[in-house]
Amino acid sequence: MSGPSSNCPNCGAPIKFAWSSAVQAACPYCQAIIIRRDVNLEAVGTVADLPPDASAIQLMTEGFFDNKHFTVIGRIRYEWEQGNWNEWHLLMNDGTSGWLSDAQADYAVSFAVTSPITFPTPLEMKKGQVFQLQGAQFMVTHLTKVRYVGFEGELPFTTSDRSEFTTADLRTMDARFATIDYSETPPLLFMGRYVDIEALKLTGLREFEGW
Amino acid sequence: MVAPSRVPKPKAINCPNCGGNIELRGFAHTRSAVCVQCCTIIDPTTPELQILQQFDERLRVRPLIPLGTRGKYRGIPYEVIGFQVRCINSDGVEYSWHEYLLFNPFKGFRYLTQYDGHWNDVLTVHGLPSFTTLGGRKAVNYNNVNYKHFQNAVARTAFVMGEFPWAVRVGETNTVDDYVSAPYMMSSEQTEGEVNWSFGTYILGAEIEQAFQLKTKLPAPRGVYANQPSPFQDKVRASWRTFMLLCLGWAALMAFFTFSASNRVIFDQNFHFAQAVPGEHSFVTQPFEVPGKGNVEIELTTDLKNNWAYFSLALLREDGAQGFDFGREVSYYSGRDSDGSWSEGKAKDSVILPRVPAGRYYLRIEPEMDAQASATAASGMTMNYEVTVRRDVPTTWLFWLALPLLLIPPIVTSIRAMAFEGRRWSESDYAPGSSSSSGDDD
Repeated sequence: MSGPSSNCPNCGAPIKFAWSSAVQAACPYCQAIIIRRDVNLEAVGTVADLPPDASAIQLMTEGFFDNKHFTVIGRIRYEWEQGNWNEWHLLMNDGTSGWLSDAQADYAVSFAVTSPITFPTPLEMKKGQVFQLQGAQFMVTHLTKVRYVGFEGELPFTTSDRSEFTTADLRTMDARFATIDYSETPPLLFMGRYVDIEALKLTGLREFEGW
Repeated sequence: MVAPSRVPKPKAINCPNCGGNIELRGFAHTRSAVCVQCCTIIDPTTPELQILQQFDERLRVRPLIPLGTRGKYRGIPYEVIGFQVRCINSDGVEYSWHEYLLFNPFKGFRYLTQYDGHWNDVLTVHGLPSFTTLGGRKAVNYNNVNYKHFQNAVARTAFVMGEFPWAVRVGETNTVDDYVSAPYMMSSEQTEGEVNWSFGTYILGAEIEQAFQLKTKLPAPRGVYANQPSPFQDKVRASWRTFMLLCLGWAALMAFFTFSASNRVIFDQNFHFAQAVPGEHSFVTQPFEVPGKGNVEIELTTDLKNNWAYFSLALLREDGAQGFDFGREVSYYSGRDSDGSWSEGKAKDSVILPRVPAGRYYLRIEPEMDAQASATAASGMTMNYEVTVRRDVPTTWLFWLALPLLLIPPIVTSIRAMAFEGRRWSESDYAPGSSSSSGDDD
């Protein structure tokens, strides 16, 4: 699918969005961070170099999830006390957006959903708490303080704020998971499941020397 | 348009402590790397290669699979990038096991653990096991399989080598709980309120030797490991199945003989007996023909009630060539008491003579009843009885004779299987008391 094209407000290079709903993007020529407001593009700085990482996924990697084709069009790098991980932004072939998380080659796919319930505040949230979501028992297993450390490609929201926020990870007995992201109020809810990399039938993966 | 992404390559760094060479194979995943030369743990993600810890060189242990070994395990190429020794203290005895960290840049991490020659293939678990009980014992359920609690212990990292995707430290402890359902094991590790579950599968050292093309043979396993599959498990099931089949076959054979038995009445006559009649009580019947081959059944049916009778019997061949002597007591009592009505014995009895040759036979019968009682009874002791002789009747005693013999193999196998389970659990938190000396007999 071909999205609208525009010019980079920083260097004037033509920018073609892969996804019409992209809100934030990085100019591939001058590394400017471009934020889209209505029809106007605004450059708000330049992209910092992403710290070295070992994800096998990269921009333009393609694959399938539940028989739906997707293309990786962006990524957010998160950092927490004991490391960092990637959330790869997926453009699904039905125009929706999804996320492929890669934490040390542990993969999970999720989608933003409208929360059917009001979650407690991060301070009131406790490990072991159970919530009934989509007909299953989700238990809070991790409460993590995270922040954005970088991005590339196109994103459905802006990541200019670098302050720390809390995420709560929830799991079910059958390897489904949910993440409550407190970077916004009310918090965002992402739901999905852990996947085996083979099941995604990925193409356009990164190369590793010697592998 | 996307700038071509950098191709990560393995790199080497220099130990900030001794200057020695440290090879990094885990790319940017590595958060701790160990300098083998000086036993220093380094954080390679920091520009100044921050030293995390230095530990005693005397702790050094040689891994059975050398670091950097590439292999193809279960169809996936893996490289051994980390090795650690962990130990637990149980009743003052230190037990240690080895953990190998395998890495593939696409598939991620996997572990192989080794204790006393027993290996496990371990993967982290994404689902959430649920707690339950099994036979009054703590258990977990995962993917509809129940795992019995085996042991709880505090595991301490005793030695590390290679690199790890977490900040590893020698001396670090966490609480480990193992739950087993051979050949699988669910383990939980707790550190600072965080619980991580892993799923282990018992594997043979031979598979590892083959996967990593090891030049030296791995040590043979000793004893029975927590999730080692029982070599008797299948045998027990198979031996009981064989037993059932043999029983069915045997029963079918018996049924065939039963249906093919002629079971023909060759003599049937009613008699009356009175004990009070003086003189000799024995008499002989009319001769009758015993045809063909097989056994002969003599049945006595009496009208005894709250009484007994004794029959001395003989089946005699007319030509005197053959005779079978036997005796039978028939007694039948019944009545009512506070528990209701009761009865004891039966008013009829029978005897089977195996293999009676064909010929003309007659019976000599000598009934006898209670002489004392007859003296006091008004009409004396009397009874009516019927004697029926049948040729070639079906018998089932062979079946019952074979049954215990057929039972031997499944029972022996079951006992051995139980002994194996006893040895498995003797290493657990649930070992029976102090006398857990199951020894090596099986």
